[in-house]
Amino acid sequence: MTRLLSPALLPPALLPLALLAGLALLPLGLAANPYLLNALITTGILTIGAMSLNLLLGFTGQLSLGHIAFFGIGAYVSALTSLGFDVEIGFGVRVVHEPWPAAFGFLLGVAAAGLCGWLIGRLSFRVRGAYFVIVTISFAEVVRLVALNWVELTQGPLALTGIPALGLGLPGLGSWTLRTKVQNYYLVLAVGTLCYLLIARLVGSRFGRAMRGLKENESLALSVGINATRTLTVAAVISAAMAGAAGSLYAHYLRIIDPDVFLFATTVTMVIMVVGGGKGTLMGPVVGGLVFGLLPVALRPVMAPEAQWIVYGLVLIAILFVMPRGLVPGLAGLIRPRRAAGAPPRPAGDHAGAHAGAHAGAHAGAHPGAHAGARPVEVRS
Amino acid sequence: MISSMDSPPSPILSVEHVGVRFGGLVAIADLHFDVQPGEIVSLIGPNGAGKTTAFNVMTGFLRPSQGVVRFRGTALAGLQPHEIVRLGLSRTFQRTSVFPDDSVLDNVLIGLHRRTPARLLDTLLGRDRASERRLRAEARDLLDRVGLTARADEKAGALAYGEQRLVGVALALATEPAMLLLDEPVSGMNASETRVFVGLIRAIRERGVTILLVEHDMPMVMAVSDRIAVLNYGRLIAQGPPEAIRSDPAVIEAYLGQGSAAREAAMRAAQASPAQTSPAPVSAALEASHA
Ligand SMILES: Nc1ncnc2c1ncn2[C@@H]1O[C@H](COP(=O)(O)OP(=O)(O)OP(=O)(O)O)[C@@H](O)[C@H]1O
Ligand SMILES: [Mg+2]
Repeated sequence: MTRLLSPALLPPALLPLALLAGLALLPLGLAANPYLLNALITTGILTIGAMSLNLLLGFTGQLSLGHIAFFGIGAYVSALTSLGFDVEIGFGVRVVHEPWPAAFGFLLGVAAAGLCGWLIGRLSFRVRGAYFVIVTISFAEVVRLVALNWVELTQGPLALTGIPALGLGLPGLGSWTLRTKVQNYYLVLAVGTLCYLLIARLVGSRFGRAMRGLKENESLALSVGINATRTLTVAAVISAAMAGAAGSLYAHYLRIIDPDVFLFATTVTMVIMVVGGGKGTLMGPVVGGLVFGLLPVALRPVMAPEAQWIVYGLVLIAILFVMPRGLVPGLAGLIRPRRAAGAPPRPAGDHAGAHAGAHAGAHAGAHPGAHAGARPVEVRS
Repeated sequence: MISSMDSPPSPILSVEHVGVRFGGLVAIADLHFDVQPGEIVSLIGPNGAGKTTAFNVMTGFLRPSQGVVRFRGTALAGLQPHEIVRLGLSRTFQRTSVFPDDSVLDNVLIGLHRRTPARLLDTLLGRDRASERRLRAEARDLLDRVGLTARADEKAGALAYGEQRLVGVALALATEPAMLLLDEPVSGMNASETRVFVGLIRAIRERGVTILLVEHDMPMVMAVSDRIAVLNYGRLIAQGPPEAIRSDPAVIEAYLGQGSAAREAAMRAAQASPAQTSPAPVSAALEASHA
């Protein structure tokens, strides 16, 4: 169920490839429409954030409500690396950093965000669940306050400006600075595709099986030797690093960032993208990202910004009402029955449900005097 | 090597004066017994006697309030469940024995987690193909052993309850245990499935795996065990070969309670046929109490 790309469905790579081809061709028709192109770029960046969030929320079941912190850290570290800084850190010690090429900023931004993911993971995965949610929210708030108040480093609310655009350099061939919107569009598309492939590979591997095992039945996963803390921490590092990559792209595209990149609302947007598109599926955050990222574009001509938020919420509710597991699993479910008609007989959903139910019932009846089942038997101390 | 004076030479598992309290409730009081390598031992007792709690202590899911469990000489105190299974002590669960949303084959693949050195970097570079192929072959082997080959591609959560128990056993076997703890493995199985399962238990033992079994199905317990330990209210009330347990008054008492008509019947049956194999008075008594 969590695997969109199961063999029972479409040829696995067809839908993502078609989408990729479509997105790659899109600028040909849009080059003259900077507004739309801009919307696509920011949507793409947020979609990468949503994909990274999905790695945690969808595949391990851990909700990172401070996910924007990793995004913002990627943005600030990347911007500061490429802008340079000169700050006093107390006791008369000054730290001076000369500007480096933006590409180094990108790499350091990714690394710094990944490191923070590791710290947060180590801190909170021993206890998990609500605790993790709270730790991530608090972390995001702390980082935002630092960005707001450490004016000497970050300019505080005045924002970091003049951030250089990202450049691509190939030794011997020269280098290009990605200044135009079309160039940035393709950069975001490339990074997004890379993240997608990375997640796809992880999820289909031994590591992905460990994540699924922990999510589906944690006690059982532990009992076959899966190390929960390690698995979840690694997932958090990769997720945070990807969010950091998105943040870096954001900083070098907009060329200006202020502490508002840490706004809680952006995390909420990413959660909506993941949940609306289908958490725990590879394509879910991509489809959700495009739908909810571009919705404001579609709504802008017809209503005021405040009203747009209402419609935004209504669309999410409508989707989840019709397709509780999100757009991608929902649509896949519509296609599947037709395809399955010609396939070898498999137990249909309702049949299987009745089956399991009947046996559970039989089991309960098998031991008169058995516990009612309200008591959790397998517990961790 | 240090071994305690009063225990027989090198047991594979020794439970030493273990106690577990949940608030005021004493779930296990001073449990003390050994299992020798290659044995099939059953741990029986009425509902709530503390059997699952004992398993949880042995596998690191619960910290005992007192006492210690040793496995092959290693004290398990302070070890996490995933560390204990790496020592060769594996278990199944009474309630949920599968990863419900995955196929049966994928379930076993998850269970084979510890059996491949595949590192994350290899995965990202696509260098884990060979080891993945080997794992699949091993998973199919395991499914064959427990008789689930035909179900390989079905969603584990949709299987019949008895088949889910078998998936649980395959998962435990996937860790290559030296000792296996089975918590009510035949609940949800009919008589013929249970017979097949007894064969499976024996085959597992033939491969040198020691087995500790918790089970309410008395005929099955009597048929398969070398030794039986009986728990009641967290205390060990009897221990010995099946014949002795079958006619032990304390055991019959524990299962039936005071003043029950069924108890009298069982006592009479026990006195009338102390050595008879079937029907076993305890199981007859159990059936009577369930009726
Ligand atoms: N996590 C827990 N918290 C509180 N009480 C518990 C907990 N786990 C078990 N108990 C209690 O400890 C006692 C022993 O329970 P346990 O599950 O070990 O019994 P059992 O012998 O496995 O019974 P059954 O045959 O029904 O499976 C019971 O009274 C139970 O209610
Ligand atoms: Mg139990």
